[in-house]
Amino acid sequence: MRPDAVTWTLRRVGRATLGSVERLGFAARFSVAVLVHTPAALRRLSLTLREIYFSGVLSLVIILVSGLFVGMVLALQGYDVLTRYGANESLGVLVALSLVRELGPVVAGLLFASRAGSAITAEIGLMKTTEQLSAMEMMAVDPLARVVAPRFVGGIVSMPLLAALFSMLGIFGAYLVGVKLIGIDAGSFWGNMQSAVDFRYDIVNGIIKSVVFGVAVSLIAVFEGYNARPTAEGVSTATTRTVVASSLSILALDFVLTVFMFRGMVG
Amino acid sequence: MNRATLDLWVGVFVTLGIAAILFLSLKVGNLLTVSHDPGYRLVAEFDNIGGLKLRAPVKAAGVVVGRVEAVQLDPKTYQAVVTMRIDRGYEFSKDTIASILTSGLLGEVYIGLDSGGDTKMLANGDRIAKTQSAIVLEKLISQFMFDRAANGGGGGAATAAPLPAGAAPSGARGGK
Repeated sequence: MRPDAVTWTLRRVGRATLGSVERLGFAARFSVAVLVHTPAALRRLSLTLREIYFSGVLSLVIILVSGLFVGMVLALQGYDVLTRYGANESLGVLVALSLVRELGPVVAGLLFASRAGSAITAEIGLMKTTEQLSAMEMMAVDPLARVVAPRFVGGIVSMPLLAALFSMLGIFGAYLVGVKLIGIDAGSFWGNMQSAVDFRYDIVNGIIKSVVFGVAVSLIAVFEGYNARPTAEGVSTATTRTVVASSLSILALDFVLTVFMFRGMVG
Repeated sequence: MNRATLDLWVGVFVTLGIAAILFLSLKVGNLLTVSHDPGYRLVAEFDNIGGLKLRAPVKAAGVVVGRVEAVQLDPKTYQAVVTMRIDRGYEFSKDTIASILTSGLLGEVYIGLDSGGDTKMLANGDRIAKTQSAIVLEKLISQFMFDRAANGGGGGAATAAPLPAGAAPSGARGGK
């Protein structure tokens, strides 16, 4: 191998490393800046309300319908397996625990990332492309406080509510299939569920998960939008990255959180 | 969209979300009937706890009165030390028997408390003297098989084998 080829290869490695370190540093500084501007978003409540409308209210349909169908399918599949062991009455337990602990926060988070996170990225990216963000800076309006922070806060507020609605609709769907369609006794459906689901261990941990996912998805969405290359292609790349990165981080965070939250109950 | 409509929709959304959290807490998590006062602790030692898990229910006459809080092995006696948290308002006599039971053949394992006739009641931190260990199905079957082999040899006799010793209450073992 010729020496300049070696130099060229090393240079490529060096540039790639420096590039990712720079990006990481920018992401960290950006996160801190967003957190610093969060109180400003709470002061400008009307902006934040608008973002809760866009990321929360407009996601309602997909969240509610998915929750209902996930619950109904879970009930059908769960019944099929449980009936082999004569444990039909545990259907409520199975559905409630899977929804409240895992499926509610995770699936709602994935849907939220694709429905609301991508929209946030595209919007901020397009604002950057059309130089609206620079215009704001010219007018001495901080785009972090005016554009980014309300979207961040709106996402954090919406996500736990959406996850709770998802779980509720899922349990309702399971009730429809299990009790109304299959004919499991309603008393044992609810009774077994209530004796197995613990408020602190299951429901509070589920809510904590959904808050963490809300923070992760919102932060990734605003970062990718703010960091998008100001071209049409750049915005589309950023939107894709938001969906991929938030979905992967939801799954990774879910594993880590589950290890810490439910580790004590395995043994 | 004007401000009033926006406010209305956000209000509807937030109300629905909070209603969902309340539904999960109250209807699914049954927060209403779970008392938040810590209750009191009781300790019992078992030879074998079988499949007893943390947070397993403690029942008296089928009613859940508490939860298993901790399971440890006593390094000297090699017995399992089970700490239970009993809801305040339920009191049990000093000669209560704690037994490890299973609801159904494959159901959950729980601790059953059978109150005795003593007028003195167990207080916080007390030790339940009389305990009955979990019935381990494999031991039961092997004991049954050995008894059959020892008694009849052929196994043609339809007489039931005597109840294995492991299944009888080990009430004679007093508290230390």
